[in-house]
Amino acid sequence: MHIPDGFLSTPVWITLDLAAVPAVAWAARKAQADLESPGGTTGANTDDRRIPLLGVMGAFVFAAQMINFPVGLGTSGHLVGGALLAIALGPATAATVMTAVLILQAFLLQDGGVMALGANILNMAVAGVMMGYLPYRLWGRGKTRQAAIFLGGFFSVAISAALALGELMVSGAPLSHRLVVISGTLFVIGALIEGAITVAAVRAIERLNAGWVRPAEPVRMRSIVLAAVGAIALIGFGIVLASKAPDALESALSLRSEVNAALLDKNWSRELHRALAGLSGMVILYACLMMLARWFGRQRSA
Amino acid sequence: MASALRHASVERWSRGSSPLHRVDARAKLIALLVFLTAVATTSKHAPWIYAAFFVLLGSAIFLARLPVMAMLARAALVLPFSAVFAAMTWWAGDFPTAAVLVAKSFLSILAALTLAASTPWVRLLDALAFLRVPRPLLLVIQFLARYLFVVGNQVAHMRLAAQARGGIGKSSLSGFHAAAGAVGVLFARSWERADGIYKAMLARGFTGRFPAPQVAPFLARDVAFLCAAVFVTVAVRFAL
Amino acid sequence: MKPETENVIDVRGLRYRYPDGTLALDGIDFRLHAGECAAVFGANGSGKTTFVMHLNGLLRGEGSIEVCGLRIDGSAKADTLAAVRARVGLVFQNSEEQLFMPTVLADVAFGVANMGLSSENAARKAKEALEQVGMAGAAEKAPYHLSAGEKRRVAIAGVLAMQPDILVLDEPTTSLDPPGQRELLQLLRRLPQAKILVTHDVDFAAALAARAVFFERGRIAGDGEIHSIIEQFHWSRGSE
Repeated sequence: MHIPDGFLSTPVWITLDLAAVPAVAWAARKAQADLESPGGTTGANTDDRRIPLLGVMGAFVFAAQMINFPVGLGTSGHLVGGALLAIALGPATAATVMTAVLILQAFLLQDGGVMALGANILNMAVAGVMMGYLPYRLWGRGKTRQAAIFLGGFFSVAISAALALGELMVSGAPLSHRLVVISGTLFVIGALIEGAITVAAVRAIERLNAGWVRPAEPVRMRSIVLAAVGAIALIGFGIVLASKAPDALESALSLRSEVNAALLDKNWSRELHRALAGLSGMVILYACLMMLARWFGRQRSA
Repeated sequence: MASALRHASVERWSRGSSPLHRVDARAKLIALLVFLTAVATTSKHAPWIYAAFFVLLGSAIFLARLPVMAMLARAALVLPFSAVFAAMTWWAGDFPTAAVLVAKSFLSILAALTLAASTPWVRLLDALAFLRVPRPLLLVIQFLARYLFVVGNQVAHMRLAAQARGGIGKSSLSGFHAAAGAVGVLFARSWERADGIYKAMLARGFTGRFPAPQVAPFLARDVAFLCAAVFVTVAVRFAL
Repeated sequence: MKPETENVIDVRGLRYRYPDGTLALDGIDFRLHAGECAAVFGANGSGKTTFVMHLNGLLRGEGSIEVCGLRIDGSAKADTLAAVRARVGLVFQNSEEQLFMPTVLADVAFGVANMGLSSENAARKAKEALEQVGMAGAAEKAPYHLSAGEKRRVAIAGVLAMQPDILVLDEPTTSLDPPGQRELLQLLRRLPQAKILVTHDVDFAAALAARAVFFERGRIAGDGEIHSIIEQFHWSRGSE
C-alpha cells in the first residue's frame, strides 16, 4: 500500500505533504511526553529518554512483518502493525514510530515515493493508527475488548487502503468500476487478516507481560468520538465514490471551471478540476484528523 | 523486511568515495527534491524531456561510480506496480499517459536510490534535520536503522529454531498461534532491548538530551554541485 | 588495611528490593582501593548485576554508597549522579545495546558529550580512547559491522573516554573467541583504573584479579584472595 512517486498528481501530493507536516509534528511531540521509559528505570526526567524505545519498536515492526501467518489455502499474511502499536503504546507513539518507518522506507529502501511520503504517512501512520486505536479507545474495556482489538486491526488497514485508492483515483488513475470492486474485496480480506493477527498478537504479548499493553482509558464524550469515526469513514469512502463521478464534482466546481476555461486551455482546466476536487477532499479530511488529534490531546492531558 | 535485506547492498554502495559521495548530503537532498518535482510536473506530451532526465540521472550514477545494472534492477522493483496501472490506462486508450506513468515512477525511484546509494544514512539524517524534520523523529529513525538488522536477525534465528523443531504447525490454526507467539516474544525482546539501551545511555551520563551533532560546513564544492544540478534540471524541464 | 581515603568505592549495609518485592541485596558491605581489581562471583540471580547497577546510581537501594567521596543516596542530585557516572565506567554484557549510536566515533563520544564538552572536544577525546583500545581505524564504521571482540573494545573505549577511576565490567568475555579474550585481557591489564569484574569465567578473572568476592542470595558470602575463594565455594568447572 506504499504509493510510489509518479502516481499522484502534483496538487494531491503537495497537499498531502503539507498536511502531514503538522500531524507528524504533533505526534512526535506528544509521543515524547507519553508514558514513562521502559521498565521504569530511574533517571533524568526529561524528553529524549523514550527515543530508544520508539526506535527499537520501529525495528520490531519491520521484523514482525517478516513473520508469516498461515491464513489457509496455502497462503500467508503478515502483520502491518499500526493497530498493534497503537493499542500497546498509545496512538501518538504509534504514529511517530510508523512515520519513522515510512521515512526510512522512502529514503533508504525506496518503498513508497519521496514526494508521496506525505500521502503514505497520512494513510498509514496517521489515519491507520487513529482508526486502529479508536475502537479500542471506545470499547476496549470488559467483554467487548477482543472485538475492539479486532476492529482496530480491521479499520487501520481498511482506512489506509481506502485512502490510498481514493488518492490514486483523485489523481486520475483510470480505475474501472470492476477493478475498484476487486481491489475493495482484497482490501477487506487483508483488513480481516490484520484484525485476526492483531488480536492474536496482543494476546501473546499480554501473556508474557500484562503491563506491556496499555489498558483502554474510561471513555468520556463517547458521542464526539463516534461522530469523528463516522466522519473519517465517510470522507475516506466519499473520496473513492466522488472520484468515480468526476462529472458531479466538476459541475459542483462549474463556476471555477468557467473562470479557468477562460484562462487556460482545456487540458489544463481538467487537470485543475481534478486537483481542486482532490484538494478539497483532502483539506476536509485533514481538518477532521487535526480536530480529532487535538481532541485526543486534550483528553490525554486532562 | 525483504526490503530491509535489500538495503544491505545499498548500504555498502553508500560507503563509496566517488565525487558524488563526497558532496554534502544537504545539497544532494535538495537536488533530489528539485529533480522529483521537475519529473512530477512534466507534461505527458514531451517524451524527449523524460529521455533527457534519464541521461541526467545516468550521469549522476556514472559520477558516483555505482553499478548501473544492479541499480536499474533495484529500481525496477516499482515496475510491476506501475505496469498494472499503465496497462489499465493503455486499455482505456491513453498510451501517452501509460508510458509517462512508467517513466515517472521509474525515474523517481531511481533518483531516490541514487541519493541513498551515494550517501551514508547518518548524513542523510543530518540533511533531513537541515530541512527541519523534527529532531526527535530523526533520532527515532537513527535508532530504528541501528537496530533494524539486529532485530531482523532475531526473527531469522527464531525461524531457524522453529524449523529445527520440525517447522511451524501442521494445521493452519496452530501455525497462526505459533506466529502470534513469535510476534509476542519479539515484542518482549524489543522492549527489554530498549530498556537495556536506556540503561547504557544513563550509565554514560545521559541527561535527557542527546548531544547536538557536529554540523559540517557547506563547502564551495557543495554549492557548485547544487547550483549545477538545479540549473540543469530546470533547464531540461522548461527549455527542451 | 589501607587508610579510608584511598577507597574509591565504599558500600555499607546496602539493601535493595525489586518492585515485585523480591529482596535482591541483603546488607552488602564492600570496599575497593584505587587501582585494585576484584572479581565478583556467584550463581545467576545472586545479586551480582543488581549490585554493580548501584555503583553508578542506575538502581538505588537503602544503605550508604560512596564513590570517590561522592555519596549516592535517595537525595543525590542530578549533578552528583553525573559526576559519579563519569567516575564509574559501566561496561554491559550486551555490546549491541551498549553501542547504540550509528557510528563508532559517535558512540564513544556520547558519554564525553554528556559531560558538557563541545562536539569537537568530545570527538578528540573519543579518538584518544579509540587509540587506547586499538580501534582508531574503525571510527567511522557502524557498530553493527564489528566483530564481538571489536564491539567489546569499543564499548570499553566509550567509558574510557570519560576518564573514569573505576571500570565495572559485566561478563566481558561473553561471545568472545579465545584470541578475543586474550586481547581483552592484555587491554585490561594495561589500564590503570580500579576494576570490578562480574563474571562466570573463573580463568579469565584469575588472570586479571587478585581478589574475589562471592555473592550468595544477596549477601557477600566470601571476600578474599581469588584462588582461596574459588576453592572455598567450589567455583570451578573441572576435576583436578
